[in-house]
Amino acid sequence: MVKLNLLLLAALVFCALSLVTSRHQARKLFVELEREQKLARTYDVEFGQLQLEQSTWAMPARIESIAREQLKMQLPRPGRIQVVDGSSR
Amino acid sequence: MIAVSATRAATTPKLPRLRAPLLFGMLLALFALLAARSLYLQWIDNAFLQEQGSSRYSRDLEVPAHRGRILDRFGEPLAISTPVKAIWAWPEKVEATPGQLQALAAALDLPPSALAAKLDEGDDFVYLKRAVAPEVAAGIAALGIKGVHDDDEYRRYYPSGEVMSHILGFTGDRDVGQEGIELAQQAWLGGTPGGRRVIINRRGEVVEDVANIRSPREGRDLALSIDSRLQYLAYRELKGAVESNKAKAGGLVILDARTGEILALANLPSYNPNNRTRVARERMRNRALTDIFEPGSTLKPFTIAAALEAGKVQPSSVIDTAPGTLTIGKATIHDAHREGVLTVEQVVQKSSNVGAAQIALSLPPERMWSTLSGAGFGAPLKSGFPGEVSGRLRPAKSWRPIEQATMAYGHGISVNLVQLARAYTVFATDGELKPVTLFKEAGPVAGPPVLKAETARAVRHMLEMVVMPGGTAPRAQVPGYRVAGKTGTAHKLEGGTYINKFVASFVGFAPASSPRLIIAVMIDEPSGGQYYGGTVAAPVFSSVMGAALRLLGVPTDAPISSILPPAEAAEVQEET
Repeated sequence: MVKLNLLLLAALVFCALSLVTSRHQARKLFVELEREQKLARTYDVEFGQLQLEQSTWAMPARIESIAREQLKMQLPRPGRIQVVDGSSR
Repeated sequence: MIAVSATRAATTPKLPRLRAPLLFGMLLALFALLAARSLYLQWIDNAFLQEQGSSRYSRDLEVPAHRGRILDRFGEPLAISTPVKAIWAWPEKVEATPGQLQALAAALDLPPSALAAKLDEGDDFVYLKRAVAPEVAAGIAALGIKGVHDDDEYRRYYPSGEVMSHILGFTGDRDVGQEGIELAQQAWLGGTPGGRRVIINRRGEVVEDVANIRSPREGRDLALSIDSRLQYLAYRELKGAVESNKAKAGGLVILDARTGEILALANLPSYNPNNRTRVARERMRNRALTDIFEPGSTLKPFTIAAALEAGKVQPSSVIDTAPGTLTIGKATIHDAHREGVLTVEQVVQKSSNVGAAQIALSLPPERMWSTLSGAGFGAPLKSGFPGEVSGRLRPAKSWRPIEQATMAYGHGISVNLVQLARAYTVFATDGELKPVTLFKEAGPVAGPPVLKAETARAVRHMLEMVVMPGGTAPRAQVPGYRVAGKTGTAHKLEGGTYINKFVASFVGFAPASSPRLIIAVMIDEPSGGQYYGGTVAAPVFSSVMGAALRLLGVPTDAPISSILPPAEAAEVQEET
């Protein structure tokens, strides 16, 4: 009888201690999750800002002025356009 | 020992008989009081302590929700919200050294005097600056000035600026839509912040989620039918034309002929939605949808279509328009110049008012009304755009002959520009009126049939003749493509009489063999010397259409060198 009681006591202590550790683990992981989620939100914000930046750089007006002024590109006159018939290839 | 204690007991005076029970009773009563108090605190009046307790470990956090982005048809962002900070102060409690104030003013990019004025404004709450970049706000927080705080808020940015402002509109305080699509789609775009209750440890870190008070609802992204490349093109060309013709305003709409989607919608004058301080209300109007005008000759094809449908005329029927005037009652209709005998096709090509009026008068009013109404005139567009107007088409019963005659060439009826462009879908397709939309469609959209296929084809052929030599709009030609369209040069109505101010317009589509795009151009009060639709609006159509078809990779349907330089082409001028 005493042996059984001792055994149960040991099991109880073991359970209690593992509960404490797992609880602690859970909290640590939760803190980590929180941190990662916060990071994800920051990246989200940054993504939005980068998208804004990208579309600002890619504005047709800007591309056109670069093409015209820096690269000296221009539209060919109608007489200089040759239409290649794609269907005969 | 026993004897000693015995003597002591004997010497102590005898206690009063009730003292012990009394004391005992009093102690008991005190204990009972304590017990009652603790019971009271535990079960009855527990709110205060509970709150005090939970405030030491539990927090209610707001879960922010984004406003959805607005995208163009290819997913290019047109409107994005990003978090910023609002810097505010509690002037009564501000304690700062002059140095700190100077640093604050520098960080906020305000003159120190303006900052001082703001701090004098009120006692308890004043915004120092809103929509401050998060880095700047962090710098201000680092100054550690008492009574100066920051709040999270969102600011909406529009990368396309003035090019797209009339469609998108803008948001106001708290990122709520105030104009345009932002207002119309507020329910879809807007997010609702949520809340959650958490447990924090002594370092302020969240260690456990206790309850979800409210789930946040993120704003959803919205894909428009707009193609931002075409939109830019449309805006640029329209701006050039409005400036060179010294016009009051202008509008341009590009429709997809197969789906009725609005691919571009440009208006002038415009404004920059990113910087709206001191923008006149006037400039914010989306004229193409919220303003009506008398369309003039661009309406003639519908008169002709009604007559063809009724079997009153054939495309080759002959109409005598001599002597270039037609008197009905007290009023007289004029042609810009005398033409004599014309076929029905030539009435459209040369835009003869007298010819169109004669054709209209051969029709019963109900017949003409039903064609115009079928083409969507006088009825709401249902584009879902706030402030959209439907234009006016009076019931056929109230028409007098002179009104029916003037309506034949687009006077006495009013439309908005998008409505006019949509009406042309009946000619661009085989008689179907496509519903217009500002939102992206997955595939071709069917519309109600309005005209017989052969009528639509016959009118399409007439519209092709308009841009050929001998027509009113050779300047609308596009190299490599067959183009069909109609000019309009309408006198404006002011105070009930027609005055010598004009609305020049051109509506057309291309490639005529299998129409892809419909473009409607409207220039309001051109005053640079030219005012004909064929000279003011048609060139805009031509350059936008040419570049748009090239951008979309539409196969050519005409030899590229067949075009005649406008100066050499015989050009016919028109009025209305």
